[in-house]
Amino acid sequence: MTGRNLITDVQNTWCPGCGNFTIQHTLKVLLAEWEKEGRSLDNVVLVSGIGCHAKIADYLNINSFYSLHGRTIPVATGIKLANPDLTVICCCGDGDCYAEGLDHLIFAAKRKIDITVIVHDNRVYGLTTGQYTPTSPLGFKGKSTPSGTAELPLNPVELMLACGATFIARGYTKKMDQLRNLIREGVAHKGFSFIDVLQICATFFPAADYYTPRVYEPAGHDPADFGKACLLAREWDYNSDARIALGVLYRKSMPGFGERVAVPIKAASEREQAVRDIIAARI
Amino acid sequence: MAEKREVSVLVGGRAGDGINNAGALVARLLGRLGYRIYLYFDYPSLIRGGHNFAVIRAADRDVGTCREKVDFVLAFNQETVTRHEGMFHEGTAILFNADVVKSEGQGIPVTTILAAEQAPEIMGNSVMIGGFAKAAGIPWAVVEDVFRAALPKGTDLNLKVAKRAYDQLAVVQKIPETGSPPLPLLTGNEAIGLGLIRGGLDAYVSYPMTPSSSILHFLAGEKEKFGITVVHPENEIAVVLMGLGFAYAGKRASVGTSGGGFCLMTEGLSLAGMAELPLVFVVSQRTGPSTGLPTYTGQSELEFVLYAGQGEFPRLIVAPGDAGEALSWSAIALEIAWQFQIPAFILPDKTLSEGTYSIDPAALPLREEVPAVPGRATAAALPYRRYADTPDGVSPPAFPGTPGAIVKVNSYAHDEDGYTTEEGDMVSLMTEKRLRKQEALARAMNTFPQVNVLGKADAPVALLCWGSTKGVSAEVGDTLGLRVVQPVVLEPFPTTQLRVALSGATTLICVEENATGQLAAIASGYGIAVDEEILRYDGRPFTYESLLEKVREVIS
Repeated sequence: MTGRNLITDVQNTWCPGCGNFTIQHTLKVLLAEWEKEGRSLDNVVLVSGIGCHAKIADYLNINSFYSLHGRTIPVATGIKLANPDLTVICCCGDGDCYAEGLDHLIFAAKRKIDITVIVHDNRVYGLTTGQYTPTSPLGFKGKSTPSGTAELPLNPVELMLACGATFIARGYTKKMDQLRNLIREGVAHKGFSFIDVLQICATFFPAADYYTPRVYEPAGHDPADFGKACLLAREWDYNSDARIALGVLYRKSMPGFGERVAVPIKAASEREQAVRDIIAARI
Repeated sequence: MAEKREVSVLVGGRAGDGINNAGALVARLLGRLGYRIYLYFDYPSLIRGGHNFAVIRAADRDVGTCREKVDFVLAFNQETVTRHEGMFHEGTAILFNADVVKSEGQGIPVTTILAAEQAPEIMGNSVMIGGFAKAAGIPWAVVEDVFRAALPKGTDLNLKVAKRAYDQLAVVQKIPETGSPPLPLLTGNEAIGLGLIRGGLDAYVSYPMTPSSSILHFLAGEKEKFGITVVHPENEIAVVLMGLGFAYAGKRASVGTSGGGFCLMTEGLSLAGMAELPLVFVVSQRTGPSTGLPTYTGQSELEFVLYAGQGEFPRLIVAPGDAGEALSWSAIALEIAWQFQIPAFILPDKTLSEGTYSIDPAALPLREEVPAVPGRATAAALPYRRYADTPDGVSPPAFPGTPGAIVKVNSYAHDEDGYTTEEGDMVSLMTEKRLRKQEALARAMNTFPQVNVLGKADAPVALLCWGSTKGVSAEVGDTLGLRVVQPVVLEPFPTTQLRVALSGATTLICVEENATGQLAAIASGYGIAVDEEILRYDGRPFTYESLLEKVREVIS
């Protein structure tokens, strides 16, 4: 127990009403819970990308790697491979993770690296002042698409099912208790955990009136059922008008990348001997 | 026949014939006779078809280049005798696979021999090597030793087919033993891998790209012996960022690529500079621009790695000239990257990466003898400040998991705690802190011998070279009585040591395998004027004769 302040003194510059406050508060509550349970926060690392979401690295008083746009996941992967004792959480944006760094998301799910990815999915670029992202609905009028987007959005939940993520959930910033449980379970899950968080952008995409009446928790859903998870994922395609399932949609236990690639460490003297043996065998 | 103190062997065949392996066996045979080896392997960018060849040069002194004439030819295909006819002299011994090649010289009935031992086609190489060993008068015991060391699988059958050829052929030209003890052979890339291990490497991350890939293959193959993690991720962007993740968590990582892959790594390089994370980049050069000639050489990435990445931050660049230097300088590069928390580059080229060299293990420093820079603060005080300002700009490192330390790194301009800032004064302070690291780095590097002087050290005419052109320049320098100066460290530019090395020189000729004279331009920027430039940019390395002729033209 360090009893540290979990929020730094850095001035917060999110807009009033921003969904990022909810995610930050949720993480703060979780960190306090973990500390109470006797887990050292010294072993928690937050990796953020670039965008409004990413300021959370400055605001949460824990180890952090404020990375590049789209590049949270490879950094987090390296950290986890380097030190499997660390709990590694990525906070990414939707432009960040679904556009600039989509390749990394796909491969992290394919590998099943034991990290937790929380996507602050506000479906708009906020920090660059309002352009469409891969999850913006068709016809979204942003600064780069003044007459509306000409492309359908990605369905990241369906994508993650296809890519092999072993924990897939969707949350909503107006459902904080549920979100806390989702992140808690995601972090506890051994393997690649993906949580798409529908987040309000108060300035450029204030979609609460759309989400609130549509979100629901599917009763009796068995997250082990891949087929049912696919149906729930496809129910709402981030574009058409439909009910939006929240909660853990899919969960499966499988050996992850870290366990498979781990190599027992050798002492310096053993390594030096190995080098000399290899050289000696080349005569 | 007079005994020679140097011999060159050409091994040629179709891609897929295993020419590289055959060449390596010839190199080991000659190495066992006490010769110093240089092997050059030439192959097109394809898997089957096309023509491959290796030239093995063995001499009673260190060599790092090929001659244009060869004394022995092992022809696995007709093209070897037709295409390389210009490399033959009147005494060249031609040994050929009699099933597929028509030529003067001694034919080796490969198919018949394999059938007699019911051996698979792949052992045709051993038949040819057996024939060569006899033609070169190499004792059978040496062949047996080398086969047992180099071919752990199917050794006996390989030896049987080789012996049949050995018994059928006649000695053409005996290659005498030198009397020196045999030295081990390493490719440049193996030497880089071993050097990184000796520098304390924990993880190697790489996406395959010729001519760097064999570092990945080598380290992946030996990772259990070294206890390292080897990862091949989705692309070079992931490679560099995973490397930085390892560094942040306190593990020594290196990444490897060639020019095109390094293009994708540049945003990560700049992040390494800003976040002050140590990472070693191995950039093995090939002919550019763009995809260029994937399997051929070049030295056109010096300016690229020197200036790559947005913003200004310190970096180290070392360009080893042969496998021995690759072994020692790769360890130093990793050590220095960590001491100064900076990106460091190892800059070989195809010639070095995929060439094979004799190395002298006696000249290998012990791991603990890799010089440490004195005065480095290591203990971090609490509350921890990742970017604490210090006299030499180097902040005490700590890693996540350290009790009580909150470790914050940041790609944004940041303050001493790692929090984002846009305050002008703080931005200036942190910029100056990074610049002081540059100065401290330069001072530390000055404690190393960064510049080699070869040839005639006080000659008025000096050849200036870098990287793999060391060997060929040294040999031409010896012949013509010239001074040869090779800076191994290229950034921070070793101006002081270079000036000492060039002291009294009146004519400076720069030898590079690029089209614009990149080292010459950089040296000029530091006030070291180059009088003449000898440049080659056809993807092929200088041979001894080709450089000799160019230098003679220039100095005549």
